[in-house]
Amino acid sequence: MRDLLPALGRMGVFLARILGAVRFNRMFVADTLHQLHVIGSRSVSIVAVGGAFVGLVLSLQGYRTLATFGASSSLGTLLGLSLYRELGPVLAAILFCGRAGSAMAAELGLMRATDQITALSMMAIDPVGKVVAPRFLAGVLSMPLLTMVFCAFAIFGGYLQAVHVLGLDAGFFWGSLQDSIDLQQDFGQALVKSVAFGLVTSLIATHVGYHTPPTIEGTSRATTEAVVQGSLMVLCLDFLISALFY
Amino acid sequence: MVTAAQHHLIPDPSSAVIFEQVRLARGSRVVLDDVNLHLPVGKVTAILGPSGAGKSTLLHAITGELVPARGTLRVLDHALPCRSTAELFRLRRRMGVLLQGNGLLSDLSVFENVALPLRVHTRLPEPLLAELVNLKLNAVGLADAAHLAPQELSGGMARRVALARALVLDPPIMLYDEPLTGLDPIACGVVLDLIRRLNDSLGLTSLVITHHVNETLPYADRAIVVANGGICFDGTPDALQASGDPLIRQFLDGAPDGPIGFDYRRQGHA
Repeated sequence: MRDLLPALGRMGVFLARILGAVRFNRMFVADTLHQLHVIGSRSVSIVAVGGAFVGLVLSLQGYRTLATFGASSSLGTLLGLSLYRELGPVLAAILFCGRAGSAMAAELGLMRATDQITALSMMAIDPVGKVVAPRFLAGVLSMPLLTMVFCAFAIFGGYLQAVHVLGLDAGFFWGSLQDSIDLQQDFGQALVKSVAFGLVTSLIATHVGYHTPPTIEGTSRATTEAVVQGSLMVLCLDFLISALFY
Repeated sequence: MVTAAQHHLIPDPSSAVIFEQVRLARGSRVVLDDVNLHLPVGKVTAILGPSGAGKSTLLHAITGELVPARGTLRVLDHALPCRSTAELFRLRRRMGVLLQGNGLLSDLSVFENVALPLRVHTRLPEPLLAELVNLKLNAVGLADAAHLAPQELSGGMARRVALARALVLDPPIMLYDEPLTGLDPIACGVVLDLIRRLNDSLGLTSLVITHHVNETLPYADRAIVVANGGICFDGTPDALQASGDPLIRQFLDGAPDGPIGFDYRRQGHA
């Protein structure tokens, strides 16, 4: 606990530095768009595949459980609620931590180790504005989009399993899904969670990467910390936001 | 601690960098003490000394990375430490720094690396910017390498690209941190020749920090030797070569035994 408060304070100061370094000039926008491609677009495939498998297994397990109560027609409800409220944002964020968070931390750690960050500072260019803020913003913007991709593929995977493998009527599946999902309550919750997770995971990844010692061990440690701390914070924050919504 | 009164020292137009009774420390460890140095404008000054003597610490003080624990430090008529990051960055725009690790941005091409300071600090139209970048690349003999990625360059080429980038804002002072490390003898000669030619043709003040004594001295106007926590020689390269001081002789001759200790000793322990 004694170390937690100073760490949170440092993180807060770093967030303020990042936000203060955001510029709306051509170079900054170009850097951010490039990072959106690197962090966001290149994470789509892993998130889509992950989502599809989660949908497949959720549908399979859910159908068996619901069938024992004669409520198999509610599979769409189960799938939709569990995906939008919990699994979609959480699992997409954990996949994001493993794929993009680790890459952000490793890149910044290597930039530190190879004098790139020092060189920027020597050229009177704010390293936070040039290399950290575009990555952070790209992470925050990517996360909600990746969550939607995750949920869409999960529902499609669930549909394939339920309708084409287990033999559930397609009308029941889509009907229960449509009736049970509330745009503000469920979709909104997924959106709020994904933005919060994007902010926290990107902040942790950039913070540990930027401040890591310029050594091989430092880069390795930053990569691990980005994934471990990011994933734990996602789970912790998920509980807090869920508790707030209910 | 630098006092407010010391910020108003009389400017000295003949010196680009002035150290007066400066103490430089890393945490509680004093690296250099009582440093008195005046780096003359328009000259190439070589700072020599064994590894770990504090040469790079001097450079970190000049670039404002390290705040002197005591004494007065002025760079380009500006007192250090600066009062804010913005003030420090304004000063750094007037310095070119070639780092030991080059620091080329790995996701940018050679052209974009050199263009970066211009894109950030100026609003030049693209054709003029391209012309300036090509001019600098041409000065270091790499006009045809503009499209290459830093990973495709040899050590000597990467060093010359970093040199072109450090020069692109036409700074009045150039600081070179170990510019010869990791280079073959031919590349060493090319880089040193460039340092000398650029200094003379552009009217720069150059500070070369190195432990490559024999290669550097023919290109320098002045030599300063740093060892044992302070400045132990300040004079011309010829005077350095003729010195009979046992410490200087040990360093120049590469003798394993002498006044410069090989074993690491904690401060306060004999």
